[in-house]
Amino acid sequence: TPGPKMASAVDHWFMALALGVSLLKCLFINAYRSTDFEVHRNWLAITHSLPVSRWYYENTSAWTLDYPPLFAWFELGLSHVGRHFDENMLRIQREAYHSEATVLFQRLSVIATDLMYILATRECCRSVSVQKASKDILNRPSFVLAVLLLFNFGLLIVDHIHFQYNGFLMGFLLLSVAKHLQSQHLQGALLFSVLLNLKHIYLYVAPAYGVYLLRSYCFTKDHPDGRLNWRSFSLLRFFALGSIVVSVTALSFGPFVAMGQLPQVLSRLFPFKRGLCHAYWAPNAWALYNAADKGLAVLGLRLGLVESGPQASMTGGLVQEFRHTVLPSVSPSVTLPSCLCAVCLFLFGWHVHEKAVLIAILPLSVLAVQSREDAGIFLILSTTGHYSLFPLIFTAAAAPEVSLMLLFTLFSFCALTKLHRCSLLGFLERLYLLGVAAVCAVCEIVLPLSPLGARLPFLPLLLTSVYCAAGVAYCFTRLYGSLLRTPGHSKAKTS
Amino acid sequence: MIFSSQVMQTWSLVALCVLLGAVTRWGVSFNSYSGAAKPPMFGDYEAQRHWQEVTYNLPLQQWYFNTTDNDLNYWGLDYPPLTAYHSLLCAYVAKRINPEWVELHTSRGHESPAHKLFMRASVLVADLLIYLPAVVLYCLCLTDGSPRKKVSILLCTLLYPGLILIDYGHFQYNGVSLGLALWAMWALGLGWDALGSMAFCLALSYKQMELYHALPFFCYLLGKCFKQGILGQGFFLLVRIGVTVLLTLALCWLPFLSDPSQASQVLRRIFPVARGLFEDKVANAWCSLNILIKIRSILSSDSQFYLSLACTVLAVLPSSVRLLTKPTFWQFKLALVNSSLAFFLFSYQVHEKSILLASLPACLLLSDLPLIAIWFLQISTFSMLPLLLKDGLLVPYAATSLAFLYFSMYLLSPLKHCTEEELRMGAYRRILFFLPKLDLGCAVRWKFYLSILAMAALSIASVAVSPPPHLPDLFPVLISTFAFVHFLGMFVYFNIVQFTEPPSKKSQKKIN
Repeated sequence: TPGPKMASAVDHWFMALALGVSLLKCLFINAYRSTDFEVHRNWLAITHSLPVSRWYYENTSAWTLDYPPLFAWFELGLSHVGRHFDENMLRIQREAYHSEATVLFQRLSVIATDLMYILATRECCRSVSVQKASKDILNRPSFVLAVLLLFNFGLLIVDHIHFQYNGFLMGFLLLSVAKHLQSQHLQGALLFSVLLNLKHIYLYVAPAYGVYLLRSYCFTKDHPDGRLNWRSFSLLRFFALGSIVVSVTALSFGPFVAMGQLPQVLSRLFPFKRGLCHAYWAPNAWALYNAADKGLAVLGLRLGLVESGPQASMTGGLVQEFRHTVLPSVSPSVTLPSCLCAVCLFLFGWHVHEKAVLIAILPLSVLAVQSREDAGIFLILSTTGHYSLFPLIFTAAAAPEVSLMLLFTLFSFCALTKLHRCSLLGFLERLYLLGVAAVCAVCEIVLPLSPLGARLPFLPLLLTSVYCAAGVAYCFTRLYGSLLRTPGHSKAKTS
Repeated sequence: MIFSSQVMQTWSLVALCVLLGAVTRWGVSFNSYSGAAKPPMFGDYEAQRHWQEVTYNLPLQQWYFNTTDNDLNYWGLDYPPLTAYHSLLCAYVAKRINPEWVELHTSRGHESPAHKLFMRASVLVADLLIYLPAVVLYCLCLTDGSPRKKVSILLCTLLYPGLILIDYGHFQYNGVSLGLALWAMWALGLGWDALGSMAFCLALSYKQMELYHALPFFCYLLGKCFKQGILGQGFFLLVRIGVTVLLTLALCWLPFLSDPSQASQVLRRIFPVARGLFEDKVANAWCSLNILIKIRSILSSDSQFYLSLACTVLAVLPSSVRLLTKPTFWQFKLALVNSSLAFFLFSYQVHEKSILLASLPACLLLSDLPLIAIWFLQISTFSMLPLLLKDGLLVPYAATSLAFLYFSMYLLSPLKHCTEEELRMGAYRRILFFLPKLDLGCAVRWKFYLSILAMAALSIASVAVSPPPHLPDLFPVLISTFAFVHFLGMFVYFNIVQFTEPPSKKSQKKIN
C-alpha cells in the first residue's frame, strides 16, 4: 500500500480530473435522452406515490419496476430530493413527462451518484501506484488508469446521454474489487452483495466471484507448492461471508417475502415472456458451463496467487467470466432461433451487449496499465466495444460522440504506448482498427446516401455488429490464452 | 528531430486539447439558442438562417437593399460582405440537405432538430478551419515557456467560456472574425506583415467590430515602417502593406464597388448611427453613467454621438501613440487590449458581446500576466450573464465558467506568480507611496478572491432570487455595473503596464 505522501499526490491531480469530467457531464444535460429516462422517472413516481406493497404490481405505464428492491429504495430516496425540483414528475401516468426541472434533476442525480464511481476509481488508482513513480504525472500508471476509467467513453455515452445509472453500479463493482486487492475481503463481499441487490445482471459475475472468495478467503492456507489445502477450510470465515450476503439480501427482499410477493418480484426481475428470453438464456447456459469450468478457474487463480497478492488475476477471472457471457450475445446468429427477425436480433443483442462490453472494458483498464499484453487487448476491445455503442445514440450525425470517442481512443493509445514504452499492436491488429474507421465511414456516410442503404435499412447495424463481434471474440480468445499461460504471465505482472 | 518523442508527445497533447475543446463546444451546443421558440422575431439564430435564405435566393445587388423580397426590418444584413458570402456557402449546403430550410419567405421561423444540428455543425466546421488552428499555432509559436506550459495555455484559451457560450449557445460566428484576427496577430508576431495585414482585412470584411482592433494594427505597422526608416526599408514595407490591404479589401468588396449606391448602402447598414448611445444593459461607461444621470434624455442624439467619439478618441490615444513610438510585439498585445477596452467602454451602440473583442487579446496575455488575464476573462463571461440567462444557457454557463476558473488556476498557478514585480505594479507602488508597508501582491490576491465570490453570489442571486417589483432590472444593472468597475480598473492597469518598462532579462527568466 502506498505511503501517505503518495496518497496526497494522488488527490491533487485526481481532483482535477474528477471535477473536469463532472463538469463535462453537466454539458450533456440537454443532450438526446432515450426511453430509459422515462423508465427511471416512472420508478421515481412509483416508489414515491405508492405503498411498498404495490411497487411490483403497478403497471399503468409500460415501464414497470424490474430491478431488485434495493434499487427501488434508492429511487425512493432520490424521489424525496426530486420533490423539490418538480412535484409533477412524481405522478404516475402513461405518457412521458420531461419538464426542464425533471431533466435537470435526473441528469444531476446520475452525475452525483457517479461519486461512487469516482471513489472506486481512486481506490483502483491507489492499488496500481508504484513506489518509484515517474516525476512526470502524465506518465504514471495511476494517472493513465484514472483517465481511462473516469473518461471511459462507453460509460459517458450510456450514462449521460442515453441515461442510466451504470457509473453508480460499476462503482460498487470496482470498489469491491479494489477492496479485495487490499485484502479487505469482508468489505468487498458486502459491496458486491449490495451490487447484486441493486441490479441482478451482475449475477453473471457471481459464480466466479464466489469461487474466488471461497478460494482466497475461506481456505486460509496453501500447501508450500501452491496447491489447495482442503483442510485449511475455515468454517468461521465461510459463515461470516454467508451472513453478509444473506443479511443484505434479507434487508432488500425481506419486506416482499414477508408480504408473500416474492414470486411477483422474481417474475418482474426475470421476465421470460418478453423476448428477453434469449438474453437470459445465454447466461444460464454459460453459468452452467462456468460451474463445470470451476476447476479451470481455480487452477488459474491458484497459479496467479502464488507470488504477490491477487492483483491482476482476480480481475482476470472476472473478465474471463464476462467473455463467456458476451460472446453468444454478440454473435446472436449463433444462438437465436431463425424465426426471429433481423431487427429484433440486433436490438436484443444490443441490450445485453452494451453493458457486457462496459463490464469487460472497465476492469480491463486496470490490467492494461500494468501489463503490456493486456494493454494491447484493451486497445482493441475498447475501440471495437465503444464503436459498437454508436447505434445506441440515434442522432443524424454522430459528431459529438465521434469527437469524444476520438479523444478517448487517442489518449488510450498515446498514454499506454508511452507507459509501456513499446508498440502494443501487431500489423493485423492495426489494420483491423483502421477497418473500424472504414466501417464507420460506410455506415454513416456511404450507406445513407446510396440506394442500397434505402433497401436494406438494417445493413449498417449488421455490419457494425459483425465487425465488432469479430474483434471482441478475438480479444476473448487472447485473454483466455493469457490466463492459461499464467505461470509466465503472472511473473511478468509482478515484475 | 521532427519525430523525437518529446515533439510527438507535445503534438498528441495538442490533439487531445483540441478534441477536448471540440467536445466542450458540442456539449454547449446541445442547449438552447437565442430566440428559440419566440416568434415573431426569434433571435440571432433566425437572423443567420434568414441571411442564408436571402443570399441564396436573391441576386447580390438586392442583399443590402429594402425590396419586396427583402424586408430589412426582419433581420436585414448588417455585417460586411464576407459574412454574406459565408451565409451563401452555408445555404448551398443547406439546400443539398433540405431545401425547406432556405426557401424564400416560407422558411421564416423554421426550427427543427435537424436544422439545429446543421447550424451548430456549421459553426464547428468554421471554428475547426479558422479559429482552432490559429489558437494552436499562436500558443505553440509565440508563447514563452516549456512545451507543457504552452499546452496549458492552449487548453485554457480553448476553454474560454465567453466565446463558446456566444458562438455555440446564443449562436454567432465570432470564431471566424476572431480567428482571422488571431491569424493576423500570429503573422505579425512572426514578422510576416503583409500576410498579417491580409488576414486582418479579411477579419474586418467579416465583422465591422474588428475596427476595435484596427488602431493597434495600424500603429504597430506604421511604427515599424518608421523604425526601419521611412526613406529606406520602411518605405517598401509601407508600400507592400498598403498594396496588400487595398487588394484584399477590393477583392472582398468587389461586387459592391461597381455601383457607388451599393457601397454606401452597405456602409449605412453596417454602421447604423441612428440607434442611440446604448441598448439594453451593457457594462460600459454610458450605461453605468445613465444610472446616476440620464444622459440619453439630457443630450440630443447628435451630441451623444460626438461625446462618445471624443471620449473614445481620448481613451485610445495614449496607448496608440505609445505603440507608434515603440512597435514591439509586447506593446502590440497590450495595445490590442487597451484599444478594444477603450472602444467597449466609451463607444457608440456597444453590445455586451463586443467584450469578446477585448477577451481575445487578453487570452494572448495568459502567459505573461496570468492572474489579471484570468480575472478579466472570468469577468467578461460574467458580464454576459443576463444575455445567457435570456437564452436559457444557465447550466453551460455555470459548468464552463467553473471549468475555466479551476483549470486555469490549476494549470497556470497564477497565485504563485503574484509578486509586485511580476504584476508590474511599480507605478502603483509610486502612487501609493504613503502606504509603504502594503503588500500590493497580497492586496491584488484578496481583491481577486472577493471578486470571484461576488460573481458567484450575484450569479446565484440572479437565478434564485426574484427582484423587488419596483426594481425589475436590479440584477442586470448590478451585474453590468460590477463588470464595468472591473473593466475600468483593468483598462487603467493595462495602460499603466503598457507605459512601464518591460521586465529585465533576469526577472523574465524567473517568471518562466
